[in-house]
Amino acid sequence: MIKQGVNNFSTFHLVLTLLAAFILLFIVAPLLGMIINTPFKTIIATATDSQVLKSIWLSIWVAMATSLLFAIPAIPLAYILARCNFPLKNLINGIIDLPVVIPHSVVGIALLGFIAGDGLLGKTFDAFGIKLLGTPFAIALAMAFVSLPFLINSARDGFLQVPERLEQAALTLGASPFQVFFTISLPLAWRSIVTGLVMMFARGMSEFGAVVIIAYHPMVASVMIYDRFTAFGLKYAQPAALLFLLVSLVVFISLRFFSQKR
Amino acid sequence: MLVVDQISKHLPTFSLSEVTFKVSQADYFMLLGPSGSGKSLLLQIISGLVKPDSGRLLFNGYDITYAPAGKRDLGILFQDLALFPHLSVYDNIAYPLRLRKYSSFAIKQWVFDLAEQFSLSNLLDQDVTSLSGGEKQRVALARTLASKPSILLLDEPLSAVDAQLHLDIMAMLRSINRYGTTIIHVTHNFEEAISLASKVGVMHHGQLVQVGEPVEVFQNPRSEFVAKFTGAKNFFRVKGVHTNPDGLNYAEMPLGETVAFYANPVYSNGFVCFPEESVVLSTQAENQSAINVFSGRVIDIFAQRFGFEVVVDCGFKVFALVTKESLEKLNISPGIKLFAAVKANAVRFIPEI
Repeated sequence: MIKQGVNNFSTFHLVLTLLAAFILLFIVAPLLGMIINTPFKTIIATATDSQVLKSIWLSIWVAMATSLLFAIPAIPLAYILARCNFPLKNLINGIIDLPVVIPHSVVGIALLGFIAGDGLLGKTFDAFGIKLLGTPFAIALAMAFVSLPFLINSARDGFLQVPERLEQAALTLGASPFQVFFTISLPLAWRSIVTGLVMMFARGMSEFGAVVIIAYHPMVASVMIYDRFTAFGLKYAQPAALLFLLVSLVVFISLRFFSQKR
Repeated sequence: MLVVDQISKHLPTFSLSEVTFKVSQADYFMLLGPSGSGKSLLLQIISGLVKPDSGRLLFNGYDITYAPAGKRDLGILFQDLALFPHLSVYDNIAYPLRLRKYSSFAIKQWVFDLAEQFSLSNLLDQDVTSLSGGEKQRVALARTLASKPSILLLDEPLSAVDAQLHLDIMAMLRSINRYGTTIIHVTHNFEEAISLASKVGVMHHGQLVQVGEPVEVFQNPRSEFVAKFTGAKNFFRVKGVHTNPDGLNYAEMPLGETVAFYANPVYSNGFVCFPEESVVLSTQAENQSAINVFSGRVIDIFAQRFGFEVVVDCGFKVFALVTKESLEKLNISPGIKLFAAVKANAVRFIPEI
């Protein structure tokens, strides 16, 4: 009886392992294939191509600035969602997840209408003589729209894990609600917030669909790769794609590493 | 002085109704009640964490009903201690002081003093999550007392600690109270109340059903609930606890009678109590060292749900619960002389701390 149980168990494990390996291979194989198919010389040549470097750098800094800037209102929103009960809270939680389910080209079209010359934001900025279209600011809006759910959800979960009792204790010890937030809630939810920021950054940096509609120029890395592919074909796009992949991995892994270490 | 004046709070599943009592300077006020009686909610209202629906809180004449929690000159020690896990022992104790913007020198001095007082000096750099239960309790107490609150609110501070620590913490609380800090202590344990309280308030179903000095409340419970809950009508202050070679402890009752009991005689003063059911009434005295015999006259008989409660005046009132058969067999009626016998092992000794 026992032996049969063990046998069943290992068959089960074998099936699990095979299925898991299939999924992992599915993720890793195309990336690995790209690495193998690109000669080292070509990578070096691409790494010194100023257009490639510029667009990768643009992707990184705009994504990073977007994450940090939008964190200022997004973290308080996450705190409200974790701590307060109010009517339509579920609706608001749903709205926050909306960017994940909307096709990103739709996001791009919607945002374009919003910031174009006759859109609400566009008109406002136009009044001050500022054009939004084709600026890093427009790119940031597209990146923020699709990546905010990652930060808000992660930060909200982080705040939910902070026992309310600790905040109450701080209040009775003389802290104002602001002091409670900055000395207790925020430090205790910090790890989740940083994880959310890293995810938001990574998602923003990799965004293509919304960005390509809202700002073809200046070119972020994903648009530059697409541009090279449509203009010159796969062989020409591959080294740039590989370089962007490597840079993304390095940035992503180091951010993860430092946020886990804290 | 803190005046709790007709405080009410209605929650979906529970209501606190018109609770009124006063706590004087340096009182040790014990709010006693079973779980779910509303005593913790009342403590949260006093601390300012929960706003009452109606009623007032007056502290030294000032209305603090709607004052922010941190501006009430009260400190609260939560049952779960609520230590900040991301801060060291030092930073936990210094937390309320930093909020008050004291100089770092003054903060250091005061934290070191408190650490000394609570035997935490060699733990200041440690993470609070690495401490033992007793150490955590002392850190929480030091943190609460750091801002020198006039009133200390305690929410079941002894429920999660082992027996030895229990006595240590009780002694610590007693000494804090003796140094002038008023204490309001919430508990479901009447022994804690007997040991520490200068005043007791009994809570039941969101109402304060009786307030008074412990002896008064326990000996004259105003309702069946109080009597049942405290369960200590036979409750006497004793002194001069000593152990005899027969292994029994003896102590002196108020009128010089001795009472025998089994206990660990660490303290020489305290209280003894025994349940009404353990008192056996007879017309003849039994002479055994392990049995306490008190003689007196019956002064009252009350019908109870299961039998009768007989009150015997032995110089002090002894309450006995007897069956209808015993009542008839011994022909018990007011005025007759009787012996009330209680086995030493039915007598509980509660030290006065």
